[in-house]
Amino acid sequence: MKKAIGRIYILIIMLFLYLPILTLIVLSFNDAKSMSVWTGFSLHWYEELFQSRLMMGAIVNTFSIAILAALIATIVGTMAVLGMPALRSRTENVLMGINNIPMLNADIVTGIALMLFFLMIGAPRGYTTILFSHTVFCVPYVVLSVRPRVNKNTNKLYEAALDLGASESYAFRKIVLPELWPGITSGFLLSFTMSVDDFIITYFTRGAGINTISTLIYSEVKIGIRPSLFALSTIIFVVALLVLLIVNIRQDRAERNALADIY
Amino acid sequence: MKTNLIAKKPYITPFVIWIIAGTIIPLISIAYYGFTSKDGGFTFANIIAMFRPDHMQALGLSLLLAFVSTAICLIIAFPMAMILRESKFGKQGFLIFIIILPMWMNFLLRTMAWQVLLERQGVINAIITAVGLPRQELMNTPGAIVLGMVYDFLPFMILPIYNTVSKIDNSMIEAAYDLGASKKTAYTKVILPLSVPGIVSGITMVFIPALTTFVISNMLGGGKINLIGNIIEQEFTINSNWYLGSGLSLVMMVFIIISMLLLQKFDKTGGANLI
Repeated sequence: MKKAIGRIYILIIMLFLYLPILTLIVLSFNDAKSMSVWTGFSLHWYEELFQSRLMMGAIVNTFSIAILAALIATIVGTMAVLGMPALRSRTENVLMGINNIPMLNADIVTGIALMLFFLMIGAPRGYTTILFSHTVFCVPYVVLSVRPRVNKNTNKLYEAALDLGASESYAFRKIVLPELWPGITSGFLLSFTMSVDDFIITYFTRGAGINTISTLIYSEVKIGIRPSLFALSTIIFVVALLVLLIVNIRQDRAERNALADIY
Repeated sequence: MKTNLIAKKPYITPFVIWIIAGTIIPLISIAYYGFTSKDGGFTFANIIAMFRPDHMQALGLSLLLAFVSTAICLIIAFPMAMILRESKFGKQGFLIFIIILPMWMNFLLRTMAWQVLLERQGVINAIITAVGLPRQELMNTPGAIVLGMVYDFLPFMILPIYNTVSKIDNSMIEAAYDLGASKKTAYTKVILPLSVPGIVSGITMVFIPALTTFVISNMLGGGKINLIGNIIEQEFTINSNWYLGSGLSLVMMVFIIISMLLLQKFDKTGGANLI
């Protein structure tokens, strides 16, 4: 009995989460522009999507910004984690408190704050301002992912390696980096996905004439939904599904209990 | 204290530059604009402007809708987290996968999906009219906005609660039953108190984005329902009144800070529950 209720509950949640997405997928293959009448199978909304220069430009911007932002954030965040033990613990606490601000703050406030900052220093808004803003909200995630990986043993092993004649960079590569690596990769991936998914902060820190996928979707939805956006949804969903499946299968092999660690 | 050979102070420099230029100065600039009048003098007018009837109405509605959608998310998420906790290993992985997957889809597209479903010429109305009932106005209602919020933010409630309840030691619950606790007592005295950190993280992760959104209300409210996020956004993008926009943002930040303090009080993991 209890099991049956649990199953029904899961089923309802699944329907709630996936029926809207499924609707978009079905409609993306619909011949007509209609959102309710099926008139036949067609791929021309996909054609329209791929022929849109604006969309292709936005896709390039989104992914190049995400890769660069994640890379910069990973370097800045990991270095911060390595430097922190050298500070007094009060300073460390203050820094960690400030570190959490962009994560807890509302995106609209972070976005507006950065926009005003760029206006004050007279920075023209465009690719660079978006990139910087993305690193700002990615660094906290890297710090929080890498920090738990630092432990006392790492320091002892590192010391031992130095005593045994290893150079600092060799000991760093062979001892510290492998210890931190899981945290570094999850920080990088988290940053990458946060950056790809961001709309609000990009919206306030971009200039006219530059779009990411999110900002382009927003302006297109405002004019009127075109089924090419359904095609885009389908592609994003399939890519996300594949990426998550691959990540999960790999993690499953490495440690069977890793599913929950993605987030 | 024993010296830590790996740790070197200079490593922290880029981080410090980042938080000064990316977090501290930008927040100071909001405060600066918020307390400055158009002609450059000091003023409280932009803050007091929150008490204008249209602003108060928007703030009230935002608080109400955010509160309702957070409550709905919590009511849906807690049983889900408990089911997850009790399911077998492989199934658990599958269920978490199912909850995480929609988060990877752009949230504008997810919100758009509800627009497609709810619109006058949309899918739900097509089904309603097909069975012979009159067309319903589903879009541009507060209900549509709440639905969008719940849909977009539900995983942010489920995951932190699941993270905490999955760590509750089974023997604690068994001990409660052994000592004669009813199912209800076991929940109210053992399980619920132990899941408070996750519940509080979940609440902040849903309440703050719901309170401050302008996207969901724009897309599912058809521009007819103004939340406080819409008012602030319009001050920046349409009216170009940064002073007023900043002032209103400062007032909104009061609510954000209250939520942060609550989170800090109940969640001792230092934000680790958030990722």
